[in-house]
Amino acid sequence: MAFLDFEKPIIEVEKKIKEFKIIGKDKQVDFSSEIIKLEKKCLKLKKEIFSKLSPWQKVQLSRHPDRPYTLDYIKGLMSDFIELHGDRNFADDKAIVGGVAFFGKEPVVVIGHQKGRTLQENKERNFAMPHPEGYGKALKLMQLANKFGRTVIIFIDTPGAYPGIAAEERGQAESIATNLKEMAGFGVPIICVVIGEGGSGGALAVGVGNKVLMLENAIYSVISPEGCASILWRDSSEAKQAAEKLALTASDLLKNGIIDEIITEPLGGAHCDYNYVIEQVRKSLIRNISEFKKFTPEELKEQRYNKFRKIGQVKTGKGKRPINQSKQRKKQYSKRNIK
Amino acid sequence: MAVERPKGKKSVPEGVWTECKKCGQTVYNKELEKNFKICPTCGYYFRLSAQERVNFLLDEGSFKESDIDMKSNDPLSFHDTRKYVERLEDARKKTNLFDAIITGEGTIGKHSVSMGVMDFRFMGGSMGSVVGEKITRAIEKAIEKKTVVIIVSTSGGARMQEGMFSLMQMAKTSAALSRLSNMKLPFISILTDPTTAGVSASFAMLGDVIISEPKALIGFAGPRVIEQTIGQKLPEGFQSAEFLLEHGIVDLIVERKELKSTLIKFLNFFKNKV
Repeated sequence: MAFLDFEKPIIEVEKKIKEFKIIGKDKQVDFSSEIIKLEKKCLKLKKEIFSKLSPWQKVQLSRHPDRPYTLDYIKGLMSDFIELHGDRNFADDKAIVGGVAFFGKEPVVVIGHQKGRTLQENKERNFAMPHPEGYGKALKLMQLANKFGRTVIIFIDTPGAYPGIAAEERGQAESIATNLKEMAGFGVPIICVVIGEGGSGGALAVGVGNKVLMLENAIYSVISPEGCASILWRDSSEAKQAAEKLALTASDLLKNGIIDEIITEPLGGAHCDYNYVIEQVRKSLIRNISEFKKFTPEELKEQRYNKFRKIGQVKTGKGKRPINQSKQRKKQYSKRNIK
Repeated sequence: MAVERPKGKKSVPEGVWTECKKCGQTVYNKELEKNFKICPTCGYYFRLSAQERVNFLLDEGSFKESDIDMKSNDPLSFHDTRKYVERLEDARKKTNLFDAIITGEGTIGKHSVSMGVMDFRFMGGSMGSVVGEKITRAIEKAIEKKTVVIIVSTSGGARMQEGMFSLMQMAKTSAALSRLSNMKLPFISILTDPTTAGVSASFAMLGDVIISEPKALIGFAGPRVIEQTIGQKLPEGFQSAEFLLEHGIVDLIVERKELKSTLIKFLNFFKNKV
């Protein structure tokens, strides 16, 4: 099992507990009081560490290799899932999976970024970094849902859209843009759940939902902390600092009105208890889907439009040019006029 | 006309000459302006300020600017090696603008248009709340008045200093364009050097017609990021307007001198639909 640097003290105590249990069994000695003590210590440690995670620690957690991925949620939440492949144009991008399924009694279309567990699988899935055909696949599935009036559930978990030669040749920017525009116009409920990494445009391309939910330790950011650090600090090792500044945690994003709801994770993070986190997601999805039951397609579009329309913070003054320079500027303009 | 820089006179008065970034020739500013800021020697396209672009494209005196003094209120109190508010202040001083776009209404060949023009000098033309809001308002105004929307883009992408507020402007502007589209009102997108990332991946690529200036750098990821990712140098001309035309991503490339007359042809084409 993989673990992060700040998880180390917990892992060490857990290891000790295991050792006591094994030795106790082998040598027929009763260590139960030591074990109880250690378990108490372990819980205390966990509470201590996880009650005050820094943004950078959350970045690390959101990328934890044992974290549940889209297919784990589909398996845990849905029945009769049938995966549908490809964009009907170029290829089947395995960085995004999707298909039809039942969520309880509700027929839904489900889509999500999919990371790999092994190096081989990550190669196939390109570490969940889609090419244009991945976004095309997602669009195809959403159009299916829209045509037949089915709710769309989307799991977001990507470092970002892939920055490569082929992606550029096939119009990466255009494919993301098209999804943003099309998603704005669908007359069915779209519920997005950020389950791990919400990597910039690559995440937003399937993120224009009526509701955007987010796991407690997931992140959603305009740029990766590493990318931000290398541009603004000219040093990617300043990523920790960048993570502090970007307001990319679920609690920051809820406060800023970017997301709608936080879904709690088990103590220690989602990877510690799949069943727990899947149940939390289920409860939240049921509640949010039922909220839109009585909405007409027009009302759904309207709600989604207004939700994104109001994001942004600006201020206006008296409608004038920057101070003291307007005269000079006017002069410049008239000079520049081409006649 | 290109001229030789007078010998022995290194301190030429500023604002009279400009050195071409590509061929190194010194050009009289007046000559450069008359030539649409294209180097007379090598044909290099100088980047235009938003105001220069407005002057080149719109009928003289027709432009009425909106939201002139809309500015960012620094929602994250962001600072890296410097404070965001200081960077904004610097950009303001440099450009005499409050943010990286000018929007407003005007006419082109007597056709009414709702216009947005970005300015790369203002923090790399990056899109934060102000750019997103002004574009959205320009689109909403076009819906209200039933006019065409024209946006001239030049941008490095979403503005990091406003975090997710910036990213969400991509969704906001694209959603507004979806409404414009439903009203069957045209959007002409003009891409200029450079247009990348959050801007190319939202409104800029959603034109009913997508025009690019020659040789403009257009793409999703910046060339440096791609080179780092794939670990090799990119071929010459990768992500140029010509490359995009060849790959079917932009509709046409138009020379700067022909841009206004081309726009008028499109506006004539769209006329009775608006």
